[in-house]
Amino acid sequence: MTASAPASWGEPTHVPTGGQTVGPFFRFGVEYERMNEVAFPHSPGAIVLTGTVYDGEGAPIPDAIIEIFGADTDGSVPDARGSLRRDGFTFTGFGRTMTEDDGRYHFWTRNPGPTPGPDGRPRAPFIAAVVFARGLPDKLHTRIYLPEDDELRASDPFLQGLTDAERASVTAERTADGYLRHDIHLQGERETAFIAFR
Amino acid sequence: MSDTAPQAAAPESLLRSADFPPQSQITQEIIDRHAQAREQIAAGETPGRSLRDFAPYRSSLLRHPTKNPRLVDPETIELHSPAFGQRDVAAIESDLTLQHTGEPQGERMTVTGRLLDSWGRPIRNQLIEVWQANAAGRYIHQRDQHPAPLDPNFTGAGRMITNDAGEYHFTTIKPGPYPWKNHINAWRPAHIHFSVFGTGFTQRIITQMYFPGDPLFALDPIYNTIHDQKDRDRLIATYDHDLTVPEFSMGYRWDIVVDGPDATWFEPEEGEH
Repeated sequence: MTASAPASWGEPTHVPTGGQTVGPFFRFGVEYERMNEVAFPHSPGAIVLTGTVYDGEGAPIPDAIIEIFGADTDGSVPDARGSLRRDGFTFTGFGRTMTEDDGRYHFWTRNPGPTPGPDGRPRAPFIAAVVFARGLPDKLHTRIYLPEDDELRASDPFLQGLTDAERASVTAERTADGYLRHDIHLQGERETAFIAFR
Repeated sequence: MSDTAPQAAAPESLLRSADFPPQSQITQEIIDRHAQAREQIAAGETPGRSLRDFAPYRSSLLRHPTKNPRLVDPETIELHSPAFGQRDVAAIESDLTLQHTGEPQGERMTVTGRLLDSWGRPIRNQLIEVWQANAAGRYIHQRDQHPAPLDPNFTGAGRMITNDAGEYHFTTIKPGPYPWKNHINAWRPAHIHFSVFGTGFTQRIITQMYFPGDPLFALDPIYNTIHDQKDRDRLIATYDHDLTVPEFSMGYRWDIVVDGPDATWFEPEEGEH
């Protein structure tokens, strides 16, 4: 992982703290008002991102936390504060929600535009996502790609390296309303492609 | 979305494990799984600091991915982090003993520490959220059915923003050990949940802080999802008498180190254009 760090930094000196499960009783600790309203509902450009989180037997998971962080529609990376105290008009890019008793989650957000990669080259637009849950000893990172932008998707370094099934597991469906629908499978035949960072 | 999907089980009905084994069986499974992790490492695998595939923690059986995560280069959005500040969190949210009209029951304590990256550099202006059980080991969450008393003067949730030195500080009461239904006579060691943001979304972490000398450590499958003893030790706060306030509160110290890259890794070094 240190391969990407500037050589002048040398080797890491501190060992990272290990992750632990959120347990079953997290709601009162991490819930806040309008936490899933990354974009103000029904404002111009606002869309719903929704789906269900499933376990290895296809049962919905009612006690997961999903967090997303995404670029704005023009591809810019948000740097505004205020994700915890929404003012209703600032796009901070970050949202959090918890699955309901039937395993469903939803956000109001915007379609991310394409953001150039750290090397300056184009990338397919996606929303970064992290999953936490009871029974999940550590976080899981994944990405939620938009189903459009065929050209960018075909040249994207991550998407290129996946099988068709894996690529489908990290690509949302566009609904008739123009919303996004995306299920997450922690295990099983339709297991979502999760990622770890170099 | 179709509403013909099968109804999910009520979440509280899922908390008891299917086989509900004795502690002796769970303890042996923990020992065996740790030995297996050491073999994996000896064989050149990198199972990760926390084992998601950890059968002694029964809830993980159907919730761990069976494929290794794809190792990827982080993209631009992942190298940045949501921004937090005073606007998001009021100073008073760091005192969990001031949220009600009276004082909560239990041992008043403070926790102080630093949020650091893997080079020991402080992470400023980032969000730390904490939540915990009360002194009797009961969570305020409605699905916690543990028959210990709720405390009308304690909710058990707080937030803070790290200062320019990466430091955080909060006041609370010491949580009690907490019984759960992973196996017969299962008790969680006293712990505080921590949710932490770094300078990159890659560094996002949720973990738990424990207290020194807890007799439940070897028995607890969740603490032991971290397979290396040294890594487990890093989850345990240090009692610091200098942080103890005379006739008022006990002081603990705990530093958190985040992993993973952030945007500063990709800024060209001087002379490296």
